[in-house]
Amino acid sequence: MHGWTGHILHINLTRHDYHVASLEPDLYHRFIGGKGLGGYFLRRAGNLDWNHPDMPICLFTGPLTATIAPTSGRLHLVSRSPLTGCVGDASVGGKLSTQLKRAGWDGVVITGKSPYPVGIEIREKEIRFIRCDHLRGKDTREVYRTVAPKKAGLACIGPAAENGVKFASITADNHHSAGRTGLGLSFAAKNLKYLLAEGSGKVRIKDLPGLKEAREEVIRLTAASPALMGQYGFTCLGTGAVYDLMDNRRMMPTDNFRATRFEPASKLNAAAFAAAYSPKKYGCKGCHILCKKIGTRNKPGAAMPEFETMSHFTALINSKDMDLVVEANDLCNRLGMDTISAAATLACRREITGADYTGRQVLSLLSDMAMDRGEGRNLKLGAAEYARRLGRPETAMAVKNLELPAYDPRGAYGMALAYALSTRGGCHLRAYPISHEIFRKPVATDRFSFSGKARIIKIAEDLNAVVDSLVACKFTFFAAGLEEYAKAFTAVTGIPSSAQDLLAAGERIYFNERIINHTYGYGADADDLPVRFFTEPGSGGNRISIPPLDRAAFLDTRKTYYHIRGLDTDGTPLPEKRKELGLD
Amino acid sequence: MDALIRKYEKKLIQAGLAEAEGPGRPIVGGLDYTLSWNRKGWETKELEPVFSAMAINSLVFFQPAPPYDKIIAYLAKEALTKNLPIQPEDCETRTFLHDLPVIPGFSTPDIITALKRRKCVIISDTGQNLPDAPKGPAIVAHGTVSPEQGFVVGSSVAFACFVKFFSDYLNHLQCGTAPPDMHGVYDELAPWLTGMAMPIPDLVKGPIQSEERVYEAMIQAGAKTVEYGLVDSYFGNISFCRDNILYISQTGSSLDELAGCIDPVPLDGSSSAGLTASSELTAHLETIARTGADAILHGHPRFSVILSMDCDPKKKQVCRFSTRCHTHCPKKREVLGVPIVPGEVGTGPTGLCNTLPLAFERNKDAAIVYGHGLFTLGRGDFTQAFATLLTVENRCRAHYVDCVTKLRQ
Ligand SMILES: [Zn+2]
Repeated sequence: MHGWTGHILHINLTRHDYHVASLEPDLYHRFIGGKGLGGYFLRRAGNLDWNHPDMPICLFTGPLTATIAPTSGRLHLVSRSPLTGCVGDASVGGKLSTQLKRAGWDGVVITGKSPYPVGIEIREKEIRFIRCDHLRGKDTREVYRTVAPKKAGLACIGPAAENGVKFASITADNHHSAGRTGLGLSFAAKNLKYLLAEGSGKVRIKDLPGLKEAREEVIRLTAASPALMGQYGFTCLGTGAVYDLMDNRRMMPTDNFRATRFEPASKLNAAAFAAAYSPKKYGCKGCHILCKKIGTRNKPGAAMPEFETMSHFTALINSKDMDLVVEANDLCNRLGMDTISAAATLACRREITGADYTGRQVLSLLSDMAMDRGEGRNLKLGAAEYARRLGRPETAMAVKNLELPAYDPRGAYGMALAYALSTRGGCHLRAYPISHEIFRKPVATDRFSFSGKARIIKIAEDLNAVVDSLVACKFTFFAAGLEEYAKAFTAVTGIPSSAQDLLAAGERIYFNERIINHTYGYGADADDLPVRFFTEPGSGGNRISIPPLDRAAFLDTRKTYYHIRGLDTDGTPLPEKRKELGLD
Repeated sequence: MDALIRKYEKKLIQAGLAEAEGPGRPIVGGLDYTLSWNRKGWETKELEPVFSAMAINSLVFFQPAPPYDKIIAYLAKEALTKNLPIQPEDCETRTFLHDLPVIPGFSTPDIITALKRRKCVIISDTGQNLPDAPKGPAIVAHGTVSPEQGFVVGSSVAFACFVKFFSDYLNHLQCGTAPPDMHGVYDELAPWLTGMAMPIPDLVKGPIQSEERVYEAMIQAGAKTVEYGLVDSYFGNISFCRDNILYISQTGSSLDELAGCIDPVPLDGSSSAGLTASSELTAHLETIARTGADAILHGHPRFSVILSMDCDPKKKQVCRFSTRCHTHCPKKREVLGVPIVPGEVGTGPTGLCNTLPLAFERNKDAAIVYGHGLFTLGRGDFTQAFATLLTVENRCRAHYVDCVTKLRQ
């Protein structure tokens, strides 16, 4: 095989042993890698609780990983989410993916539960289980310092996961997070503190000149993308560059989504952060965009907040404190929890209590969540469960228990649909309609219209499923397309594939998740948005009006989506579609 | 969806790419819950399976109107003989389309196979396997988000083929290798080469006192640039600087529909609202800083583009950059006194933001980017920038015809 190593590492943590398995080549073609293969193994596990010892955690590279294909340095993690109860998956950058693949593994499937805290160390073909009671309770930075991975890639959890935070994250190489859906808690449930991988092998590539050509095409397209490589793009300002746009488009979630305009926004934008912290570029292994930023001043070495974190730790909780954003971001990363969910849960608490936060209070509540203290005991369960316990379920701005990120759906109707329908809950990345609704790529669509959006969202979900399986970075797709990546895939694997062939695999990968969620008991009821968006307007102005979403139009479009996706009106996967996609 | 279908049908016609009436009227299809077409025709039945075979939401089909019909027919036939796609050298094709696949006749399976890989396919002669269908070439292009994609691609294909035909012809004449039938096609196209006797339009006059006037001036100049045929589809961009703010058209905005698509970018970098600005934002900012001009207009006038790629074949043969002219041409080149610089779209290491601003330093108010387009400057308003754009293109066209006439003698 070219592209794939053909080896999947199955680890049992109960017994501290492992075996190596290979898949039929056909399964590689059908599920590609990353999210696709992770989903394949998740479905095989059947309907188990997220913390059942037999519930696997799947970590997969893709066929493009550790090749010169641009932005292919990400790892995809899949398990059942502790937070949502649905398919839980997250993509993480850094160098872990590259190292794992170079060690000769397409992926790792972890089951069982270790009797004591353990680290898995994968060095080439050698697998070791390291007892690490001494790391229990240590934050992710201390773990990194203690394990000292050097050239190796390292993923670990912090105290938040060990103390049962439902949105605990996994931190890779100190600065990268698998943030969403609480997969850090899945690690903790298996007593797995860290996973390290180091390898020196090379991926076998079928057609190197072809791959070089594809690489050039992608690089040329990203250079032509203002959002990526422009002087206000991600390469210069990080994802925080989006902050001004959201303000300008009047869709910045403010006061727990009770407003869509945050007055002081123009003073808290990426340019302001850049002026205060003089960040330098940083990114995943082999990436040319380098969207991550590390401060060199004020708090040297601190990762600059991503856009979502910036927005939620300012507008959503009504804070004007830039330093607080950086500190909260740093604290969440060290404690190992998702910044979006953490901030959104605090915003929910603020709406319920009606009291504003001081900076100190925000930081101490974050610590309380992670340490399972005081109010933190409820807050660590995420906004939905927190609000339910306090008798105010309507204040949880979440879909399928996953707290919404920083794009108000009343300002982009494709996003409304994408949130509601995403298999992992309130997530912007599954269909990423921001690309056309805001960034005008591949062309602009009317953000205040549901017209045509059902099919657009369906196709985009399939596309992003491919991206997460290859594996590549979503940002690249603001500029390049599957046309170029199909060329890279063909060159690497030697399997002639068109963009549409890959999209067909994407449809299978996504539908498989729909089937899994159905097995877990989720249907149309879960494919919905908080009531607020249908009843309350956002903050219009500047010749833009932000009315509430039209409920009937939303439901109508959702119905169209079900039809296009091959689901019945309850959102249940249709047998004929299962058959067509070979998912029986 | 129906509104979009109608909009892009109209745009294809307005752009002179397809006929407004009769069998040449374009076909635009859009699929959401159901599939709808702007009109029914023999093509719609044949094109319907494309929607079931691919994950797309729109399709554009048109038989190009003159002069594109003859140009594309010629290039398609040539490509089929060589068993290769059409490979234009202009910047847009290079960046966005890569190459243009060609199939001999109207065959739904062939269309599907081609469209699975590329954004478009050229049918050499629709009459070939469907005797009842009109003769001549056709373009099919698809979209996953909006019929706008099909329109843009179709229009880029027509532009790229136009540029390629006339570039190739000039090159063949210089090398003495012109195929006999190419002369014939050129002669048939002669009526399109006589130049436009269009006067320079009345544009908003400077000094421009308010933000509202800036928008008005830009919207107007953009619309005129399209009306005068100085861009293909909507590519091109425009900016104006006032009070330390650069107002610039958004990326992928249509120059004839700029209302609501202009980003104000503060020169002090205090806002990243320029995130959606044209990919040439940096080039505009640099140019303004270096020249003191306050208006920039950028279009893709065809003959300026064609002549920018004209290089003495003997010299080119021995040039070690001959496969990378668009990024590495080492020579200080000019056409009719207008400097030509290499550079790709955007801000990469070989991006035109590194070369274009320097070109203006030679005390010029116009510069051409190799195989791409013309940038012109104005002071106070767009009058001069527009006049230069139009004049340079008219002179380039006349110069091209002269060259051809001389070479043919
Ligand atoms: Zn241009």
